[in-house]
Amino acid sequence: MSQTVFEKSIRSRPVYGVLQPRAGTAHLCVADGEGADAICDLFARAGAEAPAMLARTHVIYVPSSANGTDRFDRLERLGAAQCHRSPTFWAAEPRLRKVLADAHMGLQVYLAGTETLIGLAQRDVMEAGLPHDAVQTEHRGSLARRVQCVHCKGITENVTTDPFVCSHCGLNLFVRDHYSRRLAAFQGVNIDAEDPGQVPPAVERFK
Amino acid sequence: MGFEFNNETFRNDFTFRNSERAIRRFPFPFDRDDYMYSVNMEPHVPGRPGSVFEHAFDVDEHYLAEMRDRELVLKEDPLRCQSLPHMELAGWDLLELIMESKARDYPHWFELHRNGNRWHWINKPMQIEQKFTFLDPSTLPYGPMEYITRQTQGDFTLQDQRDENLWIEAGMVTTQADWSLDFDIGMGFHEWHAPVPLAHEKGVFDRALKFLLKLQHGAPVRRFNWTMTVDPLLDTSPENYPKWGPTRTELTMENLGQRQHLRVELQTLWRLPRSNAIAFPIRCYLIKFEELVTQPKWARRLHRVVRDIHPDLAAYKGFLRNRDLMAKWLSQYDDGAPTSPGWWPED
Repeated sequence: MSQTVFEKSIRSRPVYGVLQPRAGTAHLCVADGEGADAICDLFARAGAEAPAMLARTHVIYVPSSANGTDRFDRLERLGAAQCHRSPTFWAAEPRLRKVLADAHMGLQVYLAGTETLIGLAQRDVMEAGLPHDAVQTEHRGSLARRVQCVHCKGITENVTTDPFVCSHCGLNLFVRDHYSRRLAAFQGVNIDAEDPGQVPPAVERFK
Repeated sequence: MGFEFNNETFRNDFTFRNSERAIRRFPFPFDRDDYMYSVNMEPHVPGRPGSVFEHAFDVDEHYLAEMRDRELVLKEDPLRCQSLPHMELAGWDLLELIMESKARDYPHWFELHRNGNRWHWINKPMQIEQKFTFLDPSTLPYGPMEYITRQTQGDFTLQDQRDENLWIEAGMVTTQADWSLDFDIGMGFHEWHAPVPLAHEKGVFDRALKFLLKLQHGAPVRRFNWTMTVDPLLDTSPENYPKWGPTRTELTMENLGQRQHLRVELQTLWRLPRSNAIAFPIRCYLIKFEELVTQPKWARRLHRVVRDIHPDLAAYKGFLRNRDLMAKWLSQYDDGAPTSPGWWPED
């Protein structure tokens, strides 16, 4: 499984890297779906340091809400001090917030998987006041987008086509290449406002 | 000041209009016959008497009607005014800047009496009188930014400065050219400008940010931006786009002069003294095409700008579908004569 290469057109979209082991007093890994592979690669890169690192590592994992990918068994075999699987991000979030609230100086955070998982987890990390440079991200898996309807403000998860129908207000929306880290979402704008009913066929753009 | 405040609307029956005086002082944004993005900033120093540059914050004949419209927008959608918690001090900075400026520039309408932190503000046109304690939000009916921007024309955003970047973290945005404060709040400088075409590649935002990070207190700057709006609708928000978007399909040669408006933003930037934030007032001026063409130089020039503009810009500004119709309508007022450099109608 290779990491994702993005087009360069979206300037408000975060830049994702490749997870690198870093010296830290503790390590928090949050991943979904194929992001499990990025976590495994991270510890492979740590080489001889891996066992000592894993002894201070907390893994929080959720299956991909976009395509169902579940590789928790790979993560379990790493042997981290704590390795937890939640059914969804929203189920995992209270645990994540508690871990962040309890964090001491020197915590290293690794986020891997879909843009939605990375965005939502990063929002919690920022709210907890962790410094920017303590967080690394790596994109793996589905490119499905989380999109906020700019009209009704409802968020539609796992959008794969453009245009799509807002799951809240039912308007036909196109996905604008504009991303908010605060909302962890792209912006959806009504596509047929000027010509009601003239909606181009939905194309799968975010697989 | 030689004028009265108009009783007019920016919605439904759209009775907005510009007096002859307002037309002559309209901030026409094109200083030449073509247009492309540039940083185009200049010091915001007092300009010609009677012009929109005469004072720090221009108060014109549309003042009361614009404030009524803002109140209506906020009633429908309170998310148009937001301030992240750490931006309150910047809000007080802005309140002080506006109150001091208006009391100085328009003493017959506004008064500010300060006794230590005990302030007394009088806004005669809006019939507001408020005694409050500066820096104590419990003494005002709204937060400081919301309080003063409910009494001041134009949209406002407040930018915090940290990590060599500017972060849009508060704003009062009800007269916007199709951008959402609710979506953009919290973004860095390049992030909130992400949807703008062509300008990133030209390095416009890199240069603008570098310039703004060094902005000094007491040395504000200004620039123009512009777009096109059908009907004098101040609130062209993305939130309400399904409501106003369809009007773009209703233009004809017969109604274009009355319904098509040039929308100009006079943007100023101010370093704030306590918070070190930057205040960004975005003042919107509207003019009907039929009002604008009463100034022959502007008529010729606008025709040439619209006719020759890069299609990506016309699309971003939302008038690509009407561009040819607008150019055709304007061509009636362009005899091909040369235009003089600069904005002023008579120079």
